[in-house]
Amino acid sequence: MDDQLLEPSLYTVKGMVILDNDGNRILAKYYDKNVFPTSKEQKAFEKNLFNKTHRANTEIIMLDGLTCVYKSNVDLFFYVMGSSRENELILMSVLNCLYDSISQILRKNVEKRAVLDSLDIVMLAMDEICDNGIILDADASSVVTRVALRTDDIPLGEQTVAQVIQSAKEQLKWSLLK
Amino acid sequence: MNSFKRDKKEEEDGGGNPFQNMEKTTVLQEARTFNDTPVNPRKCAHILTKILYLINQGEQLGTTEATEAFFAMTKLFQSRDVILRRLVYLGIKELSPIAEDVIIVTSSLTKDMTGKEDLYRAAAIRALCTITDGAMLQAIERYMKQAIVDRSPAVSSAALVSSLHLTSISGDIARRWANEAQEALNSDNVMVQYHALGVLYQARKTDKHAVTKLVSKLTRTSMTSPYAACMLIRMACKLLEEEDGNGELLDFVASCLRHKSEMVVYEAAHALVNMGKSSTRELAPAISVLQLFCGSLKPALRFAAVRTLNKVAMSHPAAVTACNLDLENLIADPNRSIATLAITTLLKTGAESSVDRLMKQIATFVSEISDEFKVVVVQAIRALCQKFPRKHAVLMNFLSAMLRDEGGLEYKAAIADTIIAVMEGNSEAKEAGLAHLCEFIEDCEHISLAVRILHLLGQEGPTSKQPSRYIRFIYNRVILECASVRAAAVTALARFAAACPPLLPNILVLLSRCQLDSDDEVRDRAAYYCAILQQQFDPTTLSLVQPPLLSIPSLERALNNYVSSPMEEPFDISQIPPAQTVEEPTQPEILATAKQQQSRLSREETFMEKLAQVPQLALVMSKSPLFKSSPVVELTESETEYNVKCVKHSFSNHLVLQFDCLNTLSDQLLEDVRVAIEPPEGYRVVYEIPCLRLAYNEPGTTYTVLEFPEDVHASIATIPTTLRFMARDCDPTTGVPDAEQGYRDEYMLEDLEVTLADQMRGVGKQGVDFNAAWDAGATRGFSELEETFVLGASVTTLEGAVQSLVGFLGLEAVERSHRVATDAVGHTLLLGGIFRGGKEVLARARLALADSQVTMQLSVRSSDPDVAELVTSSVG
Repeated sequence: MDDQLLEPSLYTVKGMVILDNDGNRILAKYYDKNVFPTSKEQKAFEKNLFNKTHRANTEIIMLDGLTCVYKSNVDLFFYVMGSSRENELILMSVLNCLYDSISQILRKNVEKRAVLDSLDIVMLAMDEICDNGIILDADASSVVTRVALRTDDIPLGEQTVAQVIQSAKEQLKWSLLK
Repeated sequence: MNSFKRDKKEEEDGGGNPFQNMEKTTVLQEARTFNDTPVNPRKCAHILTKILYLINQGEQLGTTEATEAFFAMTKLFQSRDVILRRLVYLGIKELSPIAEDVIIVTSSLTKDMTGKEDLYRAAAIRALCTITDGAMLQAIERYMKQAIVDRSPAVSSAALVSSLHLTSISGDIARRWANEAQEALNSDNVMVQYHALGVLYQARKTDKHAVTKLVSKLTRTSMTSPYAACMLIRMACKLLEEEDGNGELLDFVASCLRHKSEMVVYEAAHALVNMGKSSTRELAPAISVLQLFCGSLKPALRFAAVRTLNKVAMSHPAAVTACNLDLENLIADPNRSIATLAITTLLKTGAESSVDRLMKQIATFVSEISDEFKVVVVQAIRALCQKFPRKHAVLMNFLSAMLRDEGGLEYKAAIADTIIAVMEGNSEAKEAGLAHLCEFIEDCEHISLAVRILHLLGQEGPTSKQPSRYIRFIYNRVILECASVRAAAVTALARFAAACPPLLPNILVLLSRCQLDSDDEVRDRAAYYCAILQQQFDPTTLSLVQPPLLSIPSLERALNNYVSSPMEEPFDISQIPPAQTVEEPTQPEILATAKQQQSRLSREETFMEKLAQVPQLALVMSKSPLFKSSPVVELTESETEYNVKCVKHSFSNHLVLQFDCLNTLSDQLLEDVRVAIEPPEGYRVVYEIPCLRLAYNEPGTTYTVLEFPEDVHASIATIPTTLRFMARDCDPTTGVPDAEQGYRDEYMLEDLEVTLADQMRGVGKQGVDFNAAWDAGATRGFSELEETFVLGASVTTLEGAVQSLVGFLGLEAVERSHRVATDAVGHTLLLGGIFRGGKEVLARARLALADSQVTMQLSVRSSDPDVAELVTSSVG
């Protein structure tokens, strides 16, 4: 069972979870129908996972037959789960991508408040990293370009002249239509 | 002021979580805003995020709610806001399993996926594929093929990944799109390469030849994507597992140990270690790579390395000794999982002198690790006890300390199992082990475990030095526990009373108190045991206190037969085969637990069921139950045209030979297949049941019923056999035979031996008191024979002698006498069993080893003098 090699498959990630510092779920995705099929089991697992990991920041743990790699910052905990036979380093690369892309999206301000404020973008980023268990992209900067930050989210000083004019035009157009 | 207070409270509560305390119905109400024109992207995006958040929190939407939200959402396709559009895709994916009529958005998505906006296209493909069903697949196939070979890596990846998801709808999707995937494999983008490789493997995985070709082609070009390289290693390993001797693939995996990405290096090392076929020479480079990883700064890398080393240590402990120094450093690792794995690895590879020190180290943090790892530690200790029996005192103390700690059933059961195993393997540890277990049941919340330990106490306690000390522990259970534990405790008490006459009067007092118990089962047991034990003490009561484990279905059938007979003779219980003791498969390392279901029926019972299906055998079956079924004997080589295997079923007076035949010629149909035998002297063929039709690759069975000879000495014989049949040529593809008449043919099979073991079986009571039964045999008029043998040159150890003797005679070793102490030069093997027809047989073999030659003095007692003679004569 444990000694067997893994069947060659792209379905690597069993789940990705972001919890806050009380162990409550902010976002969670589970990709394998056989792993925690109901919301109740998922929550129980998350509670257990949080209890085991929130004190010692040691990056990796095995729980309920899954290998879980994790990372925390201020009041957030990021987890990526895979089969117990999965290459731990692949899971680690997914976790790093998740963390780094969120950090770029939030301009290094990785906190609960910031994540909730940009929850839509964070959701899109998670969707771009992993599609139903298959790693879609593991390069943080490429993920960030794909989720397409709102141009007006970038401070005015960093926008190009063309962008400013474009957004001004749009605003004018909508105000006229109203 | 008031509002300020509330704000502050909120701040503390959830950091002002804007999504807290949302109502599902209100949020769904807000979704009406989606219908406004023009669409306000900001506002709508916020509402949509709220819906997605609710679903993500595990909120259940009803079908109507979901469908309404879904249709409102489709209105948002009017807006050209990128974020909003992308959120709509997410919403489609989330709602499509619940909502109805989701295919309504197909055209919008198809438009997006073929449009100009690259940011839409990839995500639109993925959303589209989640709502696609088999019927729609045709319509989008052309677009998908184009998308796979698209310039944009995002689009190409999305299409490849989606096609993998779609294989669950239509199995051959990957094969149909393999050409496009092949083209995508040459992409510069690493992720596209990886996804294309996944699709290509999916397309070809059923065709081994094609996979071999794919792998050998790709191993020559080096993969730029580390993920793809990992995938390729896995594919190569799968091929290696199926066929051996492909040096090229092994070289490829070994060469990956020098890859520049750590991920690939680890994957290759992991694969080499787990392949199971690797020799020490091949393992050496993998182990030195893992050794390097042990010193890494990244916990995940250390964890991966030490976990893999732990696995190697089980199969090749010597190979890991080189890493001992690095592993020692990891004992103090802040990650407890790494420390545990390091210690258990060291325990496997280390020397006896380091055990004490390592145990002290574990004790410092055992309470901090998860149950899964505690079980790993317990298993390591179990292996250690076998390796260094002299260390049992230290290890036992440690185990008992672990027993006292908090822990789940699985963990506690693992400890109890280990203590029991240590006790069995080492008689010195028995007293200490029993004491620890007694202490444990004083405070054990797991009923099943308490019952097991009580059972064990009843079995082992009476033979210990001071049986009386256990009575108090057991009787405490009667006072304090629930019904099933009380019942087990009553049985354990009765066993003490039966085995230790001095304790009898005291225990009878205790048992009579138990007769007032509130539970039926406990009362019944107590009354039963009181009644038996109050009779005069004699050794035969022991078997009543400790009833043999009979196979229940067979007992039921025999009793049914007996009731329908005139019932003139007393019912003979010795005819009933013993129940199979289910041995748990020893799992080497439990990390992901998956217990396989085992059939509760014994071999005899399954065969009994099967034979009962054959109407012609009813005559034999009604006379006596099936006594014993032999293991399968092959009468042909496995590669021949016809395969014949035989199982010998012994009844009281009949021998049923079951021949399982297989025709491996696709152009032949066999009819009227029978196995002709030449009955040896004394045997009589009662009848044959031919197999009427034996088509290609379909197993068929034919039976031959023989009557055993009167003289038991003649029953051991060699039977020449021949397969006879009518062969007809047939069409290999359809299996329809040609019209013409077939021809008779025959095929020589190997000789079949009927041995003593076929007619003998154990009694299925491990705990029986052999000496009492042996002495009782003398008074019951058993005849005794004694003879001395020098065993053949093939037997050079006592263990070998015990094994071959047990196998040859078909008797069962009692009182665990089949375990030979290490370094012993003499051993006494005690055997018990029943010969067909219910004749009891007891045997005592004294073995002595001198100059690697085993001498044996065998004494046999049996109720039938002929059987005793048969046993001694068949050994010579």
